[in-house]
Amino acid sequence: MKFDAPATTNPIDQLKVVGQPVDRIDGPLKTTGTARYAYERHDAVPNAAYGYVVGSAIAKGRIKSIDVAAAKAALGVLAIVTAENAGKLEKGRLNTAKLLGGPEIQHYHQAIAVVVAETFEQARDAGQMLRVDYDREQGSFDLRGGMDTAKPAGITAGPPDTAVGNFGSAFAAAPVQLDETYTTPDESHAMMEPHASTAAWDGDKLTIWTSNQMIAWGVGEVAKTLNMPKENVRLISPFVGGGFGAKLFVRSDAILAALGARAAGRPVKVTLQRALVINNTTHRPATIQRIRIGTTRDGKITAVGHESWSGDLTGGKPDGAVSQTRMLYAGADRMTATRLAALDLPESNAMRAPGEATGMMALEIAMDEMAERLGMDPIEFRILNDTQVVPDVASKPPSQDPQAINNREAQSPSKDKPFSQRQLVQCFRTGAERFGWDKRIAQPGQVRDGRWLVGIGVASAFRNNQLTKSAARVRLETDGTVTVETDMTDIGTGSYTIIGQTAAEMMGVPLQKVAVRLGDSSFPISSGSGGQWGGNNSTAGVYAACVKLREMVAQKLGFNSAEAAFSDGEVRAGNRAVPLADAARDGSLSAEDAIEYGDLDKKFQQSTFGAHFVEVVVDAATAEIRVRRMLAVCAAGRILNPKTARSQVIGAMTMGVGAALMEELVVDKRVGFFVNHDLASYEVPVHADIPHQDMIFLDETDPMSSPMKAKGVAELGICGVAAAVANAVYNATGVRVRDYPVTLDKLIAKLPAVG
Amino acid sequence: MKPFTYERANSPAQAAASASRVDGAKFVAGGTNLLDLMKLQIETPKHLIDVNGLGLDKIEETAEGGLRIGALVRNTDLASDKRVRKDFAVLSRALVAGANGQLRNQATTAGNLLQRTRCPYFYDTNQPCNKRQPGSGCGALQGFNRSHAIVGASDACIAVHPSDMAVAMRLLDAKVETVRADGAVRSIPIADFHRLPGDTPQVETALGAGELITSVTLPKPLGGAHFYRKVRDRASFAFALVSVAAVVQRDGSGRVALGGVAHKPWRVEAAEQKMPQGAKAVTAELLAGAKPTEQNAFKVAVVERTLGAVLAEAKG
Repeated sequence: MKFDAPATTNPIDQLKVVGQPVDRIDGPLKTTGTARYAYERHDAVPNAAYGYVVGSAIAKGRIKSIDVAAAKAALGVLAIVTAENAGKLEKGRLNTAKLLGGPEIQHYHQAIAVVVAETFEQARDAGQMLRVDYDREQGSFDLRGGMDTAKPAGITAGPPDTAVGNFGSAFAAAPVQLDETYTTPDESHAMMEPHASTAAWDGDKLTIWTSNQMIAWGVGEVAKTLNMPKENVRLISPFVGGGFGAKLFVRSDAILAALGARAAGRPVKVTLQRALVINNTTHRPATIQRIRIGTTRDGKITAVGHESWSGDLTGGKPDGAVSQTRMLYAGADRMTATRLAALDLPESNAMRAPGEATGMMALEIAMDEMAERLGMDPIEFRILNDTQVVPDVASKPPSQDPQAINNREAQSPSKDKPFSQRQLVQCFRTGAERFGWDKRIAQPGQVRDGRWLVGIGVASAFRNNQLTKSAARVRLETDGTVTVETDMTDIGTGSYTIIGQTAAEMMGVPLQKVAVRLGDSSFPISSGSGGQWGGNNSTAGVYAACVKLREMVAQKLGFNSAEAAFSDGEVRAGNRAVPLADAARDGSLSAEDAIEYGDLDKKFQQSTFGAHFVEVVVDAATAEIRVRRMLAVCAAGRILNPKTARSQVIGAMTMGVGAALMEELVVDKRVGFFVNHDLASYEVPVHADIPHQDMIFLDETDPMSSPMKAKGVAELGICGVAAAVANAVYNATGVRVRDYPVTLDKLIAKLPAVG
Repeated sequence: MKPFTYERANSPAQAAASASRVDGAKFVAGGTNLLDLMKLQIETPKHLIDVNGLGLDKIEETAEGGLRIGALVRNTDLASDKRVRKDFAVLSRALVAGANGQLRNQATTAGNLLQRTRCPYFYDTNQPCNKRQPGSGCGALQGFNRSHAIVGASDACIAVHPSDMAVAMRLLDAKVETVRADGAVRSIPIADFHRLPGDTPQVETALGAGELITSVTLPKPLGGAHFYRKVRDRASFAFALVSVAAVVQRDGSGRVALGGVAHKPWRVEAAEQKMPQGAKAVTAELLAGAKPTEQNAFKVAVVERTLGAVLAEAKG
């Protein structure tokens, strides 16, 4: 189905099932421990041996030799695979470093071997018996040191640099200016389930039960890495214990399980120990961001500039921290720039809302600082600079600045591009009332509650909505039930449930009559899960398949498909009603289709908006920071299931608190690794850190997004949270921290004396 | 984890005898720290002596009016004991500030005293660590040391002791009762129990080979107001950046001990004479000779300010 015109009324608009806050249909499986994850597939693979991945002890250099003799002779050991005996391996298209290193080592804890044994304990013990001799080389591990030699690099949302008008002269002429630099640290996804895979060969056919967000990408990557045809690779990933971007890609667990299984001649399962999750796989890169904003005296932004530096291994990509600055606020003269430094740290890549998550951490503090300089309320300052068209491609009068002219010519059509929906202002108005924003005292450090200094803060939320093809197969079974099959994944988001709701709505059956089967590469290729694109695209694909199935049913039962209504288990038109199941009495009916998109997203900018409100308290003596309450107001198209969507948003808010107050992968710049590579030392919020969360979805349907009229929401929830926390800390204490995480050591010297 | 042999001991003396007989033996009780370290091969005992069946799990009143706490009393049981809560509240508060419910249910009194540092370089066997591998160097000294010692450290080691419980016990002048292989018992003042790193950071306590902790005794109650303030980035389930244990009497006199600042619970009795003069004076003496790093210099201010808040609260 081609979606190339705005959606009109369709069966989803009935909202009998879609839009209802139903419990997640996979919930009972998870709460009873019967949802089997990749490392627990004893049902499918009863005789798997255990693989243990050994990571490199150096960050850069070469392996001179690996002595495997002791490990090979150890109790229970079945096979050891290193680069020496693995055969020829390619690098995956989406990987920056090789998944099995050696002799060249590209980063710390790059996998150099998998040891396969009868038990996990035997494999681990033998893994620790490898004697590896390295030639260590000096690497680059310091982003700040790499700034000068960093190079322009494109981001997902566009070119590295953009310019409209003449930022330099407009900023210089602005009567009120801000020029500040902000930093965000490297972060780990820290999902609960580590990367894990069980691999089994049947001749030259390989099946991997794995934990992966993007099944079709994964099949291609496994096939490329192992030099085999895609047709011979099957990935199965029905349950994923959290991903946040860490599992967009095939990692060493999958490849080394496959290589281990081939070497051992039996199925092998591999999970990465937490230290390897952190230094072997991907992470969100650190950024250094310079933001300049110029305004008129009454607060109109005239110039905005955002430059960002991040690092990655050679061949990698930068963080897209400047993305939202191209779209979020008005301003005639503007520039963004993205620079990438070559570092020899583990490879960086996407983590929940890559780009906006880090960019909003900086931009939204800058907006708070600017509002203060202007003596304006930070909400009113944002509302004053709202825009209904994308400012970075808005048409401008000719400039005399040659560089600006060149840049404009490089841009595609120079006309206003409106947002499909933009309720940023409504998010702030609604949130301000619910949160009690009018009680805020603008002057910082004024509110005291016993030992606590109290402050509140606010920030915008912004994240783009991405459209991508997604297919599904829907089958009407002979008993009148409906089965949906798609390689879509549920990474804890609620995909099973919203896909079931979509099929139930379309086919006119209760949700209990729908079986949803996900995460298998033998099913039609979906959008997969990532970039908050999964919900809207995958359900739209199911919608397309259901439209096709409805036509088949109508034809079978002698209805005109345009007139047939599907509800209550029946197909009706005029005064005729036939049980749906009758259409399958001669055998099940199956339909497959995909949603494919036209250029609506070129004509209309599709983005999601929100406002975050946070109250924090700061211990006046110790400077410990604790969140007291949070509110998010989100406008993100139709909410397909308010219950699962809420879970996504409050989870994202929690992750935002982590980014604000504690999460930091600490780089040892001498050795080149993330030092705090376990969950005791890489702290993420616990329950005690998150006392009260509230959230509101504004009513919105977006006919430009898909027949579902939905957009993503799971990443919107994190964007801006950390800045709202940092702004609240400033309001509580008067101390402005521009280097995340905002920890007590950055405040304590500036707090008033105790006593 | 290296293969090891395992036995269940029936009496403290038998456990101690086994430990001195078998080279590379270790006692195991709650296992909350030891088993993790064994998985990473930071600890590689050849023989484990399970002491959980020794019956050392009672809290009894002593003739002197204090308490004798069996080595195997679980942290949860100790923290919730009525006598502890009433007369040694600082200990109860320190215990519940540590770890989480599940760990406190499992962890024992003796094991808590013997837990090892959480320095990340100690935990990563690719990195140098004089405590794990004497002579290999200290990764933290010029590396990541935000949570490390500011006082009493050496060029060999700047790790801190992670226990909360031990800080309260140091404040209370507890004694560690032990039995040796020959059946001899002794009582070690807790001040002498944990060592500073010096040139031998791998030696962390005064225990001899095979010596088994049987109990910890607390002298008679001190009275006064009890405080345990644990300062950390995360609200729960995090090790202390700094902790302040204090008992303050009505006349302003009292005691103070610190966690998170040294290789052992940190107390300087002479500094306590300054308590009536306030936190600044006490801290100056408590942390005299402190050599913080650039990353952990903030701890000095945290100590002084937290103690200041405690003294202010005690005053009412």
